[in-house]
Amino acid sequence: MINWIAGFIVLLIKSGLVLGILLLLASYLVWVERKLLARLQVRLGPNRAGKFGLLQPIADAIKLLTKEDIVPAAADRPIFLLAPAVVALTALLMFAVVPVGRDLVLFGRSIPMVISDINVALLMVFALSSLGVYGVALGGWASNSKFALIGGIRGAAQMVSYELPLGLSLVPVVMLAHSFSLVDIVNAQAAYPFILVQPLAFAIFVISAMAESKRIPFDLPEAENELGAGFHTEYSGMRFGLFFLGEYVHVQVLGALVSVFFLGGWRGPWLPGPAWLFVKITIVALIMIWVRGTLPRLRYDQLMAMCWKVLVPAALVNIVITGFVILI
Amino acid sequence: MPSENRKNRTKPAQSSEVSLAETLKAFGCGFATTAKHLLRKPITEQYPEEKRQLPPRSRARIVLTRDPEGDERCVACYLCSAVCPVSCISMQSAQREDGRRYAVWFRINFGRCIYCGLCEEACPTSAIQLTPDFENCRRDILTLVFEKQDLLVDHGGKDREYNFYRHAGIATDGAGKGAHFDEDQPVDPTTNLP
Repeated sequence: MINWIAGFIVLLIKSGLVLGILLLLASYLVWVERKLLARLQVRLGPNRAGKFGLLQPIADAIKLLTKEDIVPAAADRPIFLLAPAVVALTALLMFAVVPVGRDLVLFGRSIPMVISDINVALLMVFALSSLGVYGVALGGWASNSKFALIGGIRGAAQMVSYELPLGLSLVPVVMLAHSFSLVDIVNAQAAYPFILVQPLAFAIFVISAMAESKRIPFDLPEAENELGAGFHTEYSGMRFGLFFLGEYVHVQVLGALVSVFFLGGWRGPWLPGPAWLFVKITIVALIMIWVRGTLPRLRYDQLMAMCWKVLVPAALVNIVITGFVILI
Repeated sequence: MPSENRKNRTKPAQSSEVSLAETLKAFGCGFATTAKHLLRKPITEQYPEEKRQLPPRSRARIVLTRDPEGDERCVACYLCSAVCPVSCISMQSAQREDGRRYAVWFRINFGRCIYCGLCEEACPTSAIQLTPDFENCRRDILTLVFEKQDLLVDHGGKDREYNFYRHAGIATDGAGKGAHFDEDQPVDPTTNLP
């Protein structure tokens, strides 16, 4: 019983820590993105709230929390209220299976540095990623607005399509690690990170991951120029904030997944595990911001053609080649 | 053959001729360009601290100017009021003892003004002019209604030398018929001598 209670307390502490750090990093990722994007466009970015605009995330949060939370009269109220939570929640939950370091030994107990090491963690990540589509599609549908609906439909089509190459690109990783558990996948990369043996899978995964998180070359669901704000056109206040938060948590989660599957997770010389994971997530996030500052948005048919005619066949070929190499 | 037609139409649009090397080069070029911009100094002007010198003809707060002698230029002809698309100018005309026209009161509602500059174009005496002073915000909208004393300035604005009554040929106590620049004496209609 004591054991069970102690385990429960440890779990609560770990969840609280991960949640707090994740939200804090998400808010400062927004600051980093605005600042870096501004410099890429020869602007200054936010610099009024605090030194270098460092208090900007706090100012944004206060602004979003104090704004009126408008629900359109014609909206489907319960679904409209629920949709942003789905997006933020699924993004946060995905981090539950990401290992952040080697086991911590405290008072003679070994505490694994992961909230939950389930043996089908990879499948859970995909399940949550699929559930995230509901937030976008239902948010767009429940708004009862043309722009939001078009954005939601685009989001659903895009995310369902890109789930396929996302999953297929990880099959070789599972084949190499012989496990669905993210802890085992990181441990399998003790000698070398999988990016060295699976560069093609890495490229496919990163591209599909960016499409999953609806970021700029693939931001058709919220294409400002044509749809206003896409699926979250009708949202205001903290409900819009939740969509926003979900997007930035998603960026971090994808950074974490890229590092877990291809960059060796928390493994690395000199630095402790969590620091390495943080560095890797940051690098992935910075590259995603660089991509946002560089590439234009794809057309809808280009988006679909790239998924079904390029990424899916490439991922399938990659699986066959990997299987062949493993067999001989 | 509708299907064949569609094929012919879309084929040139599809850039299937671009090689992989060209694609990668284009990507690399794009990413290099943005990376280079990262090292450039931002061109942002930090407004309240750094104020740019605006061009003299930029259009903001409206003033009523004076001629070189220091008299009001405005002759209350109502042309600015008539041309104003938002009807924000109003006035009452009157005549001075010496024959010059003037505005008894002159009012511009800057809460409605769209700073289009049509009043300045319409003005025959260069009296009404727009200045580059754009920092004219008020918390109370009624304080944006400017009366004549708020609008009058003690200089000639962009057209410092011009004096309407010296050119216009209108007789006042200052100058009678034929006493203006480039003006002949009035013809005597009772004689036909050359």
